[in-house]
Amino acid sequence: MKPLILVPAFNEAARVGRVVAGVRAAVPDATILVVDDGSSDGTTEVARAAGARVVRLPFNLGAGVAAQTGYKLAVREGYDCVVQLDADGQHEPADIAALLDVIARGEADVVIGSRFLGGAGYRSGLLRRTGMGLFRWLAWLLTGVWFSDVTSGFRALGGDVVRFVATEWYPADYADADVLITLCRAGFRLREVPVRMYPRTGGLSMHAGLRPVYYVFKMLLSVALAPLRREPAHRKGI
Amino acid sequence: MAELTLHQTIFALVTSLVAFLFVLELVRRRRLREEYSWLWLLTAGAMVVLVVWYRLLIVITHVVGAVTPLNTLLVCAVLFLFAIAVHYSVIISRLATQVKNLAQELALLSSRVEEREG
Repeated sequence: MKPLILVPAFNEAARVGRVVAGVRAAVPDATILVVDDGSSDGTTEVARAAGARVVRLPFNLGAGVAAQTGYKLAVREGYDCVVQLDADGQHEPADIAALLDVIARGEADVVIGSRFLGGAGYRSGLLRRTGMGLFRWLAWLLTGVWFSDVTSGFRALGGDVVRFVATEWYPADYADADVLITLCRAGFRLREVPVRMYPRTGGLSMHAGLRPVYYVFKMLLSVALAPLRREPAHRKGI
Repeated sequence: MAELTLHQTIFALVTSLVAFLFVLELVRRRRLREEYSWLWLLTAGAMVVLVVWYRLLIVITHVVGAVTPLNTLLVCAVLFLFAIAVHYSVIISRLATQVKNLAQELALLSSRVEEREG
């Protein structure tokens, strides 16, 4: 297998270097691609100095678009698997192997690193737990699968899935739960594996201030619209 | 419900003709692309027709059950503004997708160029 480790980053100069170093130590022979989503703090330089390949978007387009840029590169350069993790250091690079393993054995097309599964035990606030409970329930309603962690940014995608998300079927505006639902409905097999998750070390979470309210609103809208959209033309082997 | 007075007809006709010619001129000077102009030309054209053929507006008023021709015009205006707003949203969505794809292409290409030049 030829995996690409994808790290979308926006203004993460303070943390991305450590993430890249951690990934290099965990999977020494994999290519690490950092997609800089139009950062203004030198994220590109830090990531490059740490030994990652960097693709830099000319302006900020959102996490979903940054990730899709990586998927497109993976398709063009013939990678047959993409593992994606956050640039803020919350994910443990050592868990990449566990995700890759499931793909390599062909047991699933999409593997999601869940911070709540098994003994991983990540604690989060009441408001966030309530919101995630709602999304879990909605995702279950639409896919019939109980996901323990619908907002995880730690995932591995097999070759067919990467080709699929590099097209316009990928909901680039509303990542996370919408991606899970879209992939489920496209007929891919999803599987969760437990991963460790660390609290943020400084910096602003994507979910700070009024952002969560807007995020929940967007998510509800996209989740509600997901079943109404035309079915993706995908079935295995596009 | 009566016919328009000559005074009113002249004012309305001049206004709608100016609107029609203004849009036409924008298209002629390539300030407005044809594909976005048809909705405006249609409206300006409809205004001219309704002024010249005022009976038509009265007939439409009867057909839709409005009380006065003015009500009919206002409803039409609101529907038109709604249509043009939706039209713009569709165009903006398409442009946003195109910009996204262009930005991604640019990022991928420039990274390849940088890697090649070392």
